[in-house]
Amino acid sequence: MALLDVQNLVVEFPGRRGVLRALDDISFSIGEGEILGVVGESGAGKSLTGAAIIGLLEPPGRVASGQILFDGKRIDNLSSDQMRPIRGKQIGAIFQDPLTTLNPLISIGRQLTETMQAHLKLSDRDARARAIGWLEQVGIPAAADRVEAFPHQFSGGMRQRVVIALALCAEPRLVVADEPTTALDVSIQAQIITLLKNLTKSHGTSVMLVTHDMGVIAETCDRVAVMYAGRIAEIGPVRDVVLSPSHPYTEGLMGSIPSLETRVERLRQIDGAMPRLTAIPKGCAFNPRCSRTIDKCREQRPGLMPAGSTQAACWVTAA
Amino acid sequence: MNGVARFLDSDFVYGFKRSPVAIMSALVVLLVLIGAVFAHYISPHNPFDLASLDLLDSLKPPFWSTDGDPSFPLGTDDQGRDVLSGILYGTQISLIVAVCAIAFSLTVGITMGLLAGYFGGVVDALLMRVVDIQLTFPSILIALLVDGIVRAVLPRDMQAALELYVIVFAIGISRWPQFARTVRGSTMVERGRDYVMAAKVIGISGPRIMLSHILPNVLGPVLVITTLNLGLAILDEATLSFLGVGLPPTQPSLGTLIRIGNNFLFSGEWWIAIFPGVTLAAMVLSINLLGDWLRDALNPRLR
Amino acid sequence: MTMQVLQAIEVSRHFDVSRPFLQRALSREGRRILRAVDGISFDIAAGTTLSLVGESGCGKSTVARLAVGLYTPTDGEIRFEGQPLSSARAQPALRRKMNMIFQDPYASLNPRWRVADIVAEPIRAFNILSGTKTINDRVGQLLTQVGLSAADGEKYPHEFSGGQRQRISIARALSSEPEFLVCDEPTSALDVSVQAQILNLMRDLQQKLGLTYLFISHNLAVVRHMSDRLGVMYLGRIVEEGPGEDIFRTPRHPYTRLLLDAIPDISAVGRSRTPVGGEVPSPISPPAGCTFHPRCGLANERCKVEKPPQTKVGNVLVACHAVAEGRS
Repeated sequence: MALLDVQNLVVEFPGRRGVLRALDDISFSIGEGEILGVVGESGAGKSLTGAAIIGLLEPPGRVASGQILFDGKRIDNLSSDQMRPIRGKQIGAIFQDPLTTLNPLISIGRQLTETMQAHLKLSDRDARARAIGWLEQVGIPAAADRVEAFPHQFSGGMRQRVVIALALCAEPRLVVADEPTTALDVSIQAQIITLLKNLTKSHGTSVMLVTHDMGVIAETCDRVAVMYAGRIAEIGPVRDVVLSPSHPYTEGLMGSIPSLETRVERLRQIDGAMPRLTAIPKGCAFNPRCSRTIDKCREQRPGLMPAGSTQAACWVTAA
Repeated sequence: MNGVARFLDSDFVYGFKRSPVAIMSALVVLLVLIGAVFAHYISPHNPFDLASLDLLDSLKPPFWSTDGDPSFPLGTDDQGRDVLSGILYGTQISLIVAVCAIAFSLTVGITMGLLAGYFGGVVDALLMRVVDIQLTFPSILIALLVDGIVRAVLPRDMQAALELYVIVFAIGISRWPQFARTVRGSTMVERGRDYVMAAKVIGISGPRIMLSHILPNVLGPVLVITTLNLGLAILDEATLSFLGVGLPPTQPSLGTLIRIGNNFLFSGEWWIAIFPGVTLAAMVLSINLLGDWLRDALNPRLR
Repeated sequence: MTMQVLQAIEVSRHFDVSRPFLQRALSREGRRILRAVDGISFDIAAGTTLSLVGESGCGKSTVARLAVGLYTPTDGEIRFEGQPLSSARAQPALRRKMNMIFQDPYASLNPRWRVADIVAEPIRAFNILSGTKTINDRVGQLLTQVGLSAADGEKYPHEFSGGQRQRISIARALSSEPEFLVCDEPTSALDVSVQAQILNLMRDLQQKLGLTYLFISHNLAVVRHMSDRLGVMYLGRIVEEGPGEDIFRTPRHPYTRLLLDAIPDISAVGRSRTPVGGEVPSPISPPAGCTFHPRCGLANERCKVEKPPQTKVGNVLVACHAVAEGRS
């Protein structure tokens, strides 16, 4: 059984001009120890999916239908009091900006021990020893000396390492990482991604990695879900989605990424832009930009269907 | 969609329609404005027309009292002037003074703020120290001081003619630092933005960048403090007039009316002071509430 | 010989980031000088693209601003079409030949101006055309050229998406009929599919109008796609400079190799690696000698004390003792 099972999730934002459907019938699952990448352009709904899972949807956003099962139990209908012990202990979170996670007024050692003691039965001594252990694991040099340091005494890359330690220290079974490396420079990004990958593998933690960077996905994930306009366009093993995509959108997306290996005269481009949530076309949301549109695409919304070795929401490739 | 329709459909108007406080305040302000602007047509009497005054009409209570006279709905003062008419004319004068004073503050404040924020360095340091020093005094003290100095400097025969200008100047000069500070802060943010860089690259001059690029983008916060300061300027004028250093009794503003009424407050003729007082309070409160709402409406982070 | 549009000769730009005088006096600390750009030289030939690539804080955006005269060099000289930049910028006829495209499409357009006025600003500033009708027609033509419609001129910037705004930015840059464009991270705020549109547009325009680009980016793959020549910057210096293809084929400087190795690439599915540790030091107190030596696997005693000069290796200039000595 999958550790996380998201079934037909719909997230809506009621507003003055009617209800905006930000996530529309999303279904996917993450197995034990699996790393699932969620990729898409800004506004595709990838961060929102992460927020819905950890129960941190910004009001007035709400789960309108569908369900989220964690270890077989529903977590989408829990109150914030019921959700709190699950967040942290069962599901950890890493965000783009480490400063939103770290309390600037508390030493990182205390932030770690408090998090651990809130979820695990540990004496002060043990908690402190473990905190130093975690800082060592995430590669903070001279961890025993720096455990009393405050967040502002660390560089951006080091802070993100601390955030990873904080997310993993209560030994959650799933980590939701939302653009964990976007704010970092490439050489630091490589360090952080490798760290996250190695640590979660060694602890058997499942990861949902939300990012817009296909390169990060390709190197890190086992499976990947490609999102478009609040829906999943394609989902499957990372090798197949990246190297032999089925959905025309995924294909266009991969073609539009300039490669380090070869130089082409023109990049492949998808004309137009992703529709705003207020103006999602009928049928397949991608149909106005797609070169392979058939009549059915304009009328009927495609669900995820087997296509090659992946699943794609496309009438053309399903056939 | 044309401009008007777009405005009516905006979040701004939508938010306004959903805020009872904003609607009420706007109504009160509108009512006071109409009363003040059309005082000459609405008022039952002309309180400045000495010929129409009759001492027999003096100190009449409001119309609902037994001694009341329906032709003086809110009663009369010791010289037989109609209180309602006095309020309408007085509001007009109060508003003229306050609006002119704030316009003066705005001009000075925006200019100084733009210069300080755009050029920074020594210009900024100098201007802002002046602002800092002035902000350590209550603005009413500055206004009193300026008012006193100007009166002492001007020859006596010119004083009556220049009275209005003096008080506008005194209130205006006491309120510009707030505008300068706000504009400076926003200007410092805007001047580093890429659209300003883009203008610099093609060689647009500093003054032109300040006026056509930066100014339109710093007006939002200025609008909010303008509203709040308008209320305060009305109070400043009322305070000065109440203290007797404002406008002369021949041009009675709300403050003057309250001062005159104050003498009768304890002898039972309460209406002379209370009605102008209530008008003043209602007007200033509404303007401030409107300003508060405007601040929230224009600040997306608070929504 | 091809004409050099822009030449930078030993250009430095330092910023005084000291605390205010009184605080400095009280805490007895000296002035703090940030060497954003530290003695760099390059030429850009007409019709070509030079890209500068590096991580945040390496000084590449400062170079972009130096190149259009938004900053003046602390030391060294920049020449535009053979003339010193400051005198070139004093002449409107030369100043209009250079323009700039910015990174953040949300900050580079004045939110209170209509798009038509934004695009027309350079036309009016340089008196290139006169008459409302003539200018409007030209603005419409420019908007069409960058893939928008002439009617879009009536709208305000907030009505457009990030990619469309960047097109408006390009239309504005083109409206002064420039020959040289400085592009400061023009696509790093955009999604990849939109980035591809903008990069294609920029290359089409270069071919059609014979534009010369100074292209600043942190993204090596984008840089590879766009450049003829490439300069890799680290802490205010160019550590490797030469034809793009040569550098990508055989990167020589250890930092260039680190960068190329660090970039996640979609063709490397499931790659596992051991990334180089360490972080970029502060440009206020950079390491002595070669500034890269604390992170470099090839560093020896000489690297710690002696600043490496640029050495010619093939078509490429490399500032590295190890490469010069053949230790790599």
